[in-house]
Amino acid sequence: MSSPEAYAKPVPVPDPDSAPFWAGCREQRLMIQHCDDCSRHQFPPSNICAHCGSGRLSWKQASGAGKVFSWIVVRHPVPRPVYIDDVPYVVALVELAEGVRMPSNVVGCAPEDVVADMPLKVAFKQVTEEVVLPLFEPA
Amino acid sequence: MGTARRSAYALKDKYAIVGIGTTDYSANSGRTVRALAIEASANAISDAGLKPADVDGIVSYNFNDSAPAIAVATGLDIPNAGYAVDFLAGGNAANLIVLSAVAAIEAGLADTVVCYRAMNGRSGFRLGGGREFRALGPTQYTAPFGWITYPQAMAMWCRRYQIEYGLTPEQLGNVAVTLRENAVLNPRAMQRKPMTMDDYLASRPIVDPFRMFDICLETDGACAVVVTSAERARDMKQKPVYIMGGAYGGGPQQGDDLFDCIRWPDHSKNYSHYIADDLWRSAGVTPNDVDVAEIYDCFTYSILMQLEGLGFCGLGEAGSYIADGHIRRDGKLPVNTHGGLLSEGYIHGFNHVIEAVEQLRGQSGPRQVPDAEIALTTAGAMTCGSAMILRR
Ligand SMILES: [Zn+2]
Repeated sequence: MSSPEAYAKPVPVPDPDSAPFWAGCREQRLMIQHCDDCSRHQFPPSNICAHCGSGRLSWKQASGAGKVFSWIVVRHPVPRPVYIDDVPYVVALVELAEGVRMPSNVVGCAPEDVVADMPLKVAFKQVTEEVVLPLFEPA
Repeated sequence: MGTARRSAYALKDKYAIVGIGTTDYSANSGRTVRALAIEASANAISDAGLKPADVDGIVSYNFNDSAPAIAVATGLDIPNAGYAVDFLAGGNAANLIVLSAVAAIEAGLADTVVCYRAMNGRSGFRLGGGREFRALGPTQYTAPFGWITYPQAMAMWCRRYQIEYGLTPEQLGNVAVTLRENAVLNPRAMQRKPMTMDDYLASRPIVDPFRMFDICLETDGACAVVVTSAERARDMKQKPVYIMGGAYGGGPQQGDDLFDCIRWPDHSKNYSHYIADDLWRSAGVTPNDVDVAEIYDCFTYSILMQLEGLGFCGLGEAGSYIADGHIRRDGKLPVNTHGGLLSEGYIHGFNHVIEAVEQLRGQSGPRQVPDAEIALTTAGAMTCGSAMILRR
């Protein structure tokens, strides 16, 4: 694991809407919002349900299962010094079993092996002392 | 999925573009953005046969990378700038600012309005170059995973289209090659070297499914137009180009910023799908009536989504529509006759308005579409955008 000083990639800055999500990641739990009124999930988190407008939202632990909705293979690093050792890397829009989409990286397989609807499962990665990112690997 | 019907632009042919102006397009202007904005605006005012004192409104859009409207009004010594407004927006606003000028005039806030976009897009603030590294707000869900640049954003949309409909590299390449053919004939274009399909296929992979030649240029430069009422336009120096119709908007869940598309329902369709009805209804014409189309092409793929969204072909058919040659200069829908953002330059889509006006005036020289009477301009590629129908 890199020391915090050495980690040059963008780190998420939690805000009042997102703090429970990032706190969950630190405990290796994928937390998403659930609407107590219409029973649907949403991501990213908000102060209000995007489906029905309710403010009665609670945090539920997601199963961690998902599939590839879309993906890209980054080959040209931007900024170069930060990502030069990572290319090629895969960013995917992951469709969680709970019905929401979440951007993440697909790790644990070659970029060429990623296909649409490929089953995935969450794999947490600690990147700084404070930050754990929810990545995904083939299920 | 449908979209709620709403009121559409209702000022058909009542306003006109009466002047256009540009600077040179380059990779390093060596000038301030303010100077570029003033030069393009002064050129547009003079093209209209007017003086700065005849202008009383000025409107632009930027990402904190430009000179604000009051700076240009000050530089030009516009004595009474009533409607001096800056939109904090991307290419999605390139047509919206013209429509907003019309709205301002209709509301009595101004009589004659300059609209411009000015940027040192290569030597100064590079929009494609990445975002800040403290991932705040919507960026906290994207940037930590190395999903940072606009090419990376749009590649995700393109892949989804590919999953749903199939899309070959050659189908994207046809766009790049066709637009370059137009740029070769355009003295303003930054890229005038002919491009073959082999050149396209050999260009460097940037972010699958995009190669280098799928991605627009980065440009220092500025464009401006002058908008006024059709009544005033009649006595001016140039033949007016009338604004028949226009629309701005997108679908549900447009996101927390221009990059954010996490909640967007279907990435094989963009904003154009949602504004098409308003646009055509406002102008009282159909896709078949368009003689020339200047379609926002930050990426090759952007053109495919808009051809389908605006109804020039069916969903999933744009690749073959383009392969059949329809978007070539001699095809049934000549697209981006100046070379587009891909080959002319990237003035954030505002250069499309300039080209449409020149085409309708018959001033496009060797790249002129014969007898072009009705033009489409579009602006935007993702969840929100704007478009206009213009006529001579
Ligand atoms: Zn709800």
